[in-house]
Amino acid sequence: MPKNIDTDLAISIHNLDHSFGQGQLRKQVLFDINLEISKGEIVIMTGPSGSGKTTVLTLVGGLRSAQSGSLKILGQELCGATKEQLVQARRHNGYIFQAHNLHRSLTAIQNVQMGLEVHGFYSRSEMIRRSAEILEEVGLGEHLNYYPKNLSGGQKQRVAIARALVSEPDIVLADEPTAALDKKSGRDVVNIMQKLAKERGCTILMVTHDNRILDVADRIVHMEDGRLANNILNGSAAA
Amino acid sequence: MMGLIKKLRSRTPLGWLQLKYDRGRLLTALSGIAFADILMFMQLGVLNALFYSNTMLHRRLEADIVLINTQALNWSEMSTFARRRLYQAMDVPGVKSADALYINNVRWKNPQTGQKTSVMVMGTNPDRPAFDIPEVNQNLDIIKLPDTVFFDRGSRGEYAEAIAKIDRGETVTTEIERRTITVGGLFELGASFAADAMLITSDSNFLRLFPKKDAGTVSIGLIQVESGYDIEQVKNSLNAHLGKSQDVKAMSVEELIDFEIVYWAKNRPVGIVFGFGTIMGFVVGVVIVYQVLSTDVNDHMAEYATFKAMGYKNSYLLGVVFEEAIILALLGFIPGVGISIGLYNLVSAATALPLFMPSSRAIMMLALTILMCGISGAIATRKLQSADPADIF
Repeated sequence: MPKNIDTDLAISIHNLDHSFGQGQLRKQVLFDINLEISKGEIVIMTGPSGSGKTTVLTLVGGLRSAQSGSLKILGQELCGATKEQLVQARRHNGYIFQAHNLHRSLTAIQNVQMGLEVHGFYSRSEMIRRSAEILEEVGLGEHLNYYPKNLSGGQKQRVAIARALVSEPDIVLADEPTAALDKKSGRDVVNIMQKLAKERGCTILMVTHDNRILDVADRIVHMEDGRLANNILNGSAAA
Repeated sequence: MMGLIKKLRSRTPLGWLQLKYDRGRLLTALSGIAFADILMFMQLGVLNALFYSNTMLHRRLEADIVLINTQALNWSEMSTFARRRLYQAMDVPGVKSADALYINNVRWKNPQTGQKTSVMVMGTNPDRPAFDIPEVNQNLDIIKLPDTVFFDRGSRGEYAEAIAKIDRGETVTTEIERRTITVGGLFELGASFAADAMLITSDSNFLRLFPKKDAGTVSIGLIQVESGYDIEQVKNSLNAHLGKSQDVKAMSVEELIDFEIVYWAKNRPVGIVFGFGTIMGFVVGVVIVYQVLSTDVNDHMAEYATFKAMGYKNSYLLGVVFEEAIILALLGFIPGVGISIGLYNLVSAATALPLFMPSSRAIMMLALTILMCGISGAIATRKLQSADPADIF
């Protein structure tokens, strides 16, 4: 495959449309989305609820299959991809959800290990070492064997971040990661995300309503009624 | 193969961790499986005891070939045939001896309580005893005495005191058909479904007890084959020699055992009832395990969807549910088989039926338990398909 300018892009979306439902009930939710995100960039997507932010996120993450237009993730076209290809594509991404979605029967370190095990090529000792290291980095070195129910909301979200980042994914997708947290824990969580992502050269696409964390972004995009409104270069981050 | 083991060793045992985390649910599931296993074990145990106890005498027969009436139904309903058939059988080359065994059911007075109860009486040639029962065969002189019988200490009913008395060497007498008889000794066989208690005596005593019975009417002919002759061949010659009048047939002892089992399994409701009970136990197990597994899958729907979003395949999650099913099967089987052995002992003490746990049955039940949990797991996994990773955002 010849090299092209796409190789510097982590995410490249062109003329992407998306509809839900069939026949009479068919409703278009995304209209002509164009977005390019370079590797290592942190992009925050804002917009009112129902504007289609989360749909964009699920399409980028390979959780839904794209219908029309072009959606390239790390150079791979996901529009019209098979189920198997989607499952493979998901493994390049780290996900952070609004709810932490940790498995309640697993301890913090076991939850993080699940993020490595999916790749199938780490040895057991390697998984334990890496998981312990990253939990140390998010400040939970003392809580390796705690079950989620014994951790605070902020701690759980930090475990979730560790799980998303432990396999050093190329792209991190986050959906309102601070929505369930108080101001201080929310801030901590975002700072950790930013720090880890910068260290590892991850690209971050984050959906949020939370004005308090917009400053971590390199760029902010706004969505309204299924259309991408404008790209704002973040002044404070650029400065 | 090594790769698979390596993969399994590096895998987080998610199914086990999930089960272990919710102790209450684990206990419910295990007691449900143990309960289903106990149900099935009891049904099979009693069914087997039925077959075993009803063929106990057959297996002790001192004969290579038996001669029975073609109208015979089972051991206690043998119909009789003429003794001259035995003499005719002696003509067949290879027949060493042909003896008569007389069988009849009668009501006797329980020597302990004085109540009338039914008992099976068997009359045998005291010089060539019909059964391989050492306690009887070493004391054959006793039953040569008039109106003296041996009594089965495994009989069902209130005989404990009478048995203790005989053991102490005291004389115990009772009545059959207004004749006073002496219990001269004891042997050990055990009750069956056909007879609660058993007496063995000599043929002449038998005929004395049942004056209406003629020495010429034999219940079973016991034929021993001379060494060097093939039993199957002698049996065929006997059938050819005696079969013309179609009143008797010769069969090997194994065939007689099968004949008895087939009678009880096919012609009596007991066989069908216990077979059906076993199936019910299995269904109960499937339902209980399905309930537990499907609740578990439902509870973890969001977590499974998260795993799918992380890139885990459906097959991984199916594996988790089957892992749970197999762990449940193995763990539930242990108390199931343990309690069943205890219950077997209790029931066999209470009913004098031979309930025991052959390892073949335990292994078969383990396989059934795994199958049961596997079926439940397969039904429970249908819900997994609906774990949609796009829903969790």
